[in-house]
Amino acid sequence: MSVIVYTENWDGKFKKSSYELVSYAHAIASELGVETIAISIGQVPEDQLNVLANYGANKVLCVKNPELAVLDNAAYASAIARAAKANNAQVVVFANNFTGKAVAPRVAVKLEAGMANSVTTLPLSFSPFVVQKNIFNGKAQGKLQINSDIKVLSLAQNSFGIKESNVSLTIENFDAQLDSSKFNTELIEKNTVSGKIILTDAELVVSGGRGMKSPDNWGPLEELAAILGAGTACSRPVADEGWRPHSEHVGQTGKVIAPNLYIALGISGAIQHLAGVSSSKVIVAVNTDPEAPFFEAADYGILGDVNKILPKLVEAAKAFKAHS
Amino acid sequence: MKILVCLSNVPDTTTKIKLSGDQSALDMAGVQWVINPWDELALTRALDLKEKSEGKIDTITVITVGESLTEPTIRKALAVGADDAVRINLNPTDDYEVASNIAAWVKNNPYDIILSGIESSDFNGSAVGGMLAEFLKIPSVSSVSFLDMEGDKPLMKREIPGGTETIRVPMPFVAIVQKGIALDPRIPAMRGIMMARKKELTVVEPTGEGAKSTYIGFAMPKAKAKVKMIDAENAGQLITLLHEEAKVI
Repeated sequence: MSVIVYTENWDGKFKKSSYELVSYAHAIASELGVETIAISIGQVPEDQLNVLANYGANKVLCVKNPELAVLDNAAYASAIARAAKANNAQVVVFANNFTGKAVAPRVAVKLEAGMANSVTTLPLSFSPFVVQKNIFNGKAQGKLQINSDIKVLSLAQNSFGIKESNVSLTIENFDAQLDSSKFNTELIEKNTVSGKIILTDAELVVSGGRGMKSPDNWGPLEELAAILGAGTACSRPVADEGWRPHSEHVGQTGKVIAPNLYIALGISGAIQHLAGVSSSKVIVAVNTDPEAPFFEAADYGILGDVNKILPKLVEAAKAFKAHS
Repeated sequence: MKILVCLSNVPDTTTKIKLSGDQSALDMAGVQWVINPWDELALTRALDLKEKSEGKIDTITVITVGESLTEPTIRKALAVGADDAVRINLNPTDDYEVASNIAAWVKNNPYDIILSGIESSDFNGSAVGGMLAEFLKIPSVSSVSFLDMEGDKPLMKREIPGGTETIRVPMPFVAIVQKGIALDPRIPAMRGIMMARKKELTVVEPTGEGAKSTYIGFAMPKAKAKVKMIDAENAGQLITLLHEEAKVI
């Protein structure tokens, strides 16, 4: 018996979200009294794999089948489902991110398992198995009972946190025995932006809306983000007007993020925008309108013109960094 | 060539969520029902592709798993240009049940391309497209923000963290689409609404597998503490508070 957790790597490295995921899987495994087994696909150096022990992984299965060089959803699902069956998994855990969304549903069907995505807490009970998850973009929480023998969960990012535990870890190779003729995702081109903080990974986010008044006013916003080490985001109208790239749009139809800090500059806080950011730990709203809905959702607020306030924030952030 | 678009019938995204007295159910009284926003974008792209395909794409079919109350939503899809519709007569309990029932239809009525939105705006499920592909044993591509035909071959882009990948898979396949796949959704015109009444809406009884999970209760998020206002003249104080009080920087 086991809890299986898919630990994704990026160019051979894990991220904090991987550690959060292992922590979560380990907490479930401890309740069930079973092992925590991580699955790693591709080449990851041994010292990286060993770090997973700090968060509770008893074993890492390394899968290196050549069919997995490109993300083929069916091939990845086959490999993970095979490992889950071989290890008698009761629960299979994914991150609710790009890869989790692509692969977890297929794994659930292969294992005839019920699935809960965007889960926010440890199971409320194990028998019956009940989890709590975001619904209506965090406007409410649903308690979902999963009735199948195996359960597939995807964890909402930054909802559980990293919990250290110290176990001894073994590393094994696992042959997923894939039939290459069945998998045919062809990667034609890959474009990545280098040097920028990836928004969905960012722990701090500085975001601008129409209250910024012009795309030419983004300099101080980017400066503040750079000083704090934050990612930059924007509201939908700003992306739709072409002031900022669509990749920065957060909200209902854009990216959903849950950073530790979200600073909203000149964004009113329409319900569709809040749907993308309301899981942030701390929210700051800066707006000229005292009735702006963002002040209802925020922890800190400043009433005023964002273009006058931003330089003060930049100055204070500089001073803060100089002393820390 | 035939395209199938999976539609979910969801409360309008501005709906204020209310729970029943004992928190065992959502109070849906007075809710406006709409096509799930991502599914609506999928439909828009399917219609764009058909219009410029010079007859290569024959039909756009929409499918939904739901009881008769979903029909106004289906008619809206027909009014903006879908050719015909299928409704599987079942009030579904989870994604597994939805995907399995759509798969049962598709096994007897094949399509070349199946589109599904990446998420439903109600229960935030994001599994139907992937599950459907697995039931059908066909490829799926997720987070698709671009889909076009290069001759007879579809080409896609998917949004990966920090970039995009250009992808090709053989047909038939499921594309699970997100923002970027189309600009604004289409709005039905009077002529479309009139024509939609005459289009075929096939109702079939469910033949797929049952659900694997069910909602047993709901909760509202914890109320937030009141916002702490900082004087605009001393805006810099925010940085100190974020460090000392909120401890996030």
